[in-house]
Amino acid sequence: MSENISLPKGAEAIVRIQDDRVIKQRIPKRYRVEMLDEKIRKERTRAEARLISEARRLGVPTPILYDVYGFTIEMEYIMGQPIKEIISPELCEKAGEMIGRLHGGNIIHGDLTTSNMIWNGERIYLIDFGLSFVSNNIEDKGVDVHVLFQTLESSHRDHEKLIEAFCRGYRKQLCNADEILTRVTEIEKRGRYA
Amino acid sequence: MTLVLGIEGTAWNLSAAVVDENDVIDEVSHTYRPSTGGIHPREAAQHHAQHAGQVIRKLFENIADKGISSRDLDAIAFSQGPGLGACLRTVGTAARALSLSLEKPLVGVNHCLAHVEVGRWKTPAEDPVVLYVSGGNSQVLAYRNGKYRIFGETLDIGIGNALDKFARNAGLSHPGGPKVEEFAQAAASYVPLPYVVKGMDFSFSGLSTAATDALSHSSIEDVCYSFQENAFAMLVEVTERALAHTGKNEVLLAGGVGANMRLRQMLKTMCEDRDASFYVPEKRFMGDNGSMIAYLGLLMYKSGNTIEVANSHVDPDFRPDSVEVTWL
Repeated sequence: MSENISLPKGAEAIVRIQDDRVIKQRIPKRYRVEMLDEKIRKERTRAEARLISEARRLGVPTPILYDVYGFTIEMEYIMGQPIKEIISPELCEKAGEMIGRLHGGNIIHGDLTTSNMIWNGERIYLIDFGLSFVSNNIEDKGVDVHVLFQTLESSHRDHEKLIEAFCRGYRKQLCNADEILTRVTEIEKRGRYA
Repeated sequence: MTLVLGIEGTAWNLSAAVVDENDVIDEVSHTYRPSTGGIHPREAAQHHAQHAGQVIRKLFENIADKGISSRDLDAIAFSQGPGLGACLRTVGTAARALSLSLEKPLVGVNHCLAHVEVGRWKTPAEDPVVLYVSGGNSQVLAYRNGKYRIFGETLDIGIGNALDKFARNAGLSHPGGPKVEEFAQAAASYVPLPYVVKGMDFSFSGLSTAATDALSHSSIEDVCYSFQENAFAMLVEVTERALAHTGKNEVLLAGGVGANMRLRQMLKTMCEDRDASFYVPEKRFMGDNGSMIAYLGLLMYKSGNTIEVANSHVDPDFRPDSVEVTWL
């Protein structure tokens, strides 16, 4: 068994930090057939760039874009800590407000985890829009929130309080929040063994 | 030495085995084979009811030849779920009858976790991210804080089910997976099909439908190939994301669809690129088998995790992340 002593490696992209900018380049996956691999990487790069900007217009703090080309995005480096490391009900409530605004504008993040939310001491920035898309479906928003709840449940001991706090913030910013949160419960209960 | 008898029968395969800490003492199986179409839940349950007595008798004969009597057993384990309700109830009844008549404690085993634990038993994997893929289940699991957590899973149907549905629409007989794999090897080109990963979850029902539609303009070989490429890439992508998220460096493949060589190859490539180790147990431990139920039953029995017959109801939606892991 080989010991992996390098820094934790992201799954999708190589992220370099150069001066004040983050350079995110989607790397090819050898396990995927080339045509599929390039299509996925190109689509995700473009979608990510577009939705990072749109989210900011909705009042969700996101990095400023500097350049987009090929499979690469250059953007602002956000100084701070992933809320995964400093999780608290207060931060979860703020995260709920932020996602409420995002969903109000029909943007689905697609990978809501506590690693993708960065606290800079003043506010939470949302990063990694690699799997984001536009939708006004209750189901899609429900799945988005469900994915976050799964991360809270799998990564944090105190997840019930955290989920409760998230819902509080989410309801503040989104008028049909209850409909979506009801759907989240349905998604959890849904038999996935059919 | 601890000896546990385990019975599996969540779907098509009825299988009973006796294991100790080191190895399988003996296993006897009887497989339900539908005359046409896929698994009919009632017929499968009737099959299990019809053959349970004979399978267990045969198992007792076989272990007797090795000098082990039913009196030597320490516990009786059974698949409590998830699975087809009627099948689970049938096997549950058999296990309760054995437990009461032999006066041995009963252990209710989660079928998904049995796949995981048999893999950890029979490969060098210690703390892996597990990709568990079968007819009804598709999950990415890993251990954390006293439970196996589900990091990603299908939002609709299992990958095996998706393959079977597509295969049936393409006029191939059940089970479709091996036939799709065979056709895929003769493909000439890739046909674009949906690729659906949402966060850490995946979805296969749309892919199955789109692949069926693609048969109208592309060869069955090309569609089978492209179906596999997309579906397996989705599974491998989520497995890789779970590795990145948890910081673990082992991958274990479990479940019947794990027999597919293309899926193994893709996982192996991904693991090589991340310096992770990749483990696959022997084929007889990949599909549903009694040994895995007996083995997890043994681990649970030794950690005091038994149930009363009165509380031993089956659960068709038994989630692996609801089980307190007492054995690690």
